[in-house]
Amino acid sequence: MKTIFQRYGDYGDREAAGSAPDASQNTAAKEWPLWEVFIRSKAGLDHKHAGSLHAADAQMAVENARDVYTRRMEGVSIWVVESKYIHASAAADSESLYDPSADKVYRHPTFYTIPDEIGHM
Amino acid sequence: MLRLFYVLQLADNALIHSQLLSAWCGHGPILEQDIAITNTALDHIGQARSLYQYASELLNALPESEKAAAFSSPLLQQVSRAVQEDDLSSLRDGWDFRNVVLVEQPNGDWAQTIAKSFFYDVFQYLLYQELLKSPDTQLSAIAEKSIKEVTYHKKWSSEWVIRLGDGTAESHDRMQKAVDTLWSYTGELFMPSEADAFAFQSGMAPDVAVLKDSWLAEVTAIFDQATLQLPSNNWMQKGGKQGMHTEHLGYVLTDLQFMQRAYPNMEW
Repeated sequence: MKTIFQRYGDYGDREAAGSAPDASQNTAAKEWPLWEVFIRSKAGLDHKHAGSLHAADAQMAVENARDVYTRRMEGVSIWVVESKYIHASAAADSESLYDPSADKVYRHPTFYTIPDEIGHM
Repeated sequence: MLRLFYVLQLADNALIHSQLLSAWCGHGPILEQDIAITNTALDHIGQARSLYQYASELLNALPESEKAAAFSSPLLQQVSRAVQEDDLSSLRDGWDFRNVVLVEQPNGDWAQTIAKSFFYDVFQYLLYQELLKSPDTQLSAIAEKSIKEVTYHKKWSSEWVIRLGDGTAESHDRMQKAVDTLWSYTGELFMPSEADAFAFQSGMAPDVAVLKDSWLAEVTAIFDQATLQLPSNNWMQKGGKQGMHTEHLGYVLTDLQFMQRAYPNMEW
């Protein structure tokens, strides 16, 4: 388990990767789990990450998201996923993961001339 | 005048319920529910505003003699210009309020607030479904605007009844206690006042007594899921619609009306 915690930057890993807390003192166990909220602002657009919230289950998470993130007409559809199911890259790996692409401009399709008849692309 | 009183029954329910729900702002058991219940309080105050605007139109259209007889609150009687929505909420004394006694009951713990909201939400949903068909176009327009909000309130409070009732031993006990505490305040919802009877006979509103069966069926269905017992006592409190309130309304109005009474005509 320890190696997984170090390899990914997942929610909960920072806590677990430190000195492993005594389960009886772990107040997180008594709290509702954390959920990530994704909102589609209008039909046809993608769901975008809006933030996170606490809820006891998926149904409550959707309703809390409705009350917390759509009260100013931000959305027409809500996705929620429990934060523990989202796996993230580790910040420590960012040099090896992202820096190599910095000098590879040829990966952008900017060297092509687009024929006029294609129009806006 | 009875039409005015009927609209005020609806408006006062909305205002008083909203005022008590808004007391949870900053005190909710968890941030997300704090926001949820505050949203709901704002929905109710929005409904109250529309209804008070309509009520003040009805009041201002009355002949002078009837206008003077409509209320006995001194501050409201002193208003010499046309009465506005804020005058109705801020300048009436308790005896001129026509809300049901259920909505003025204290919030208590979260379970008691949920029980109060649930009983009221199921009733309001059934009533407003009927008001959608009202030939009184102002009322039907207000019902149409409100019904989506009410549908969500009912869903929200029903789910909390189930969550707490079918939750831990402590949440079950608290939810059952809240239901038992508030049960005797539910009967008044279905006891027609003079204004209710007028509204029914003139075709502008349903017979509230008839709504009781649907209300009880819906409440029973949710209680079954929540493993809660339907209280067996049938003795019911009444009086709110006639201006006879429990002692709690006075405290609610003290908070609600303080600014207008301490600093008359202030605006902000």
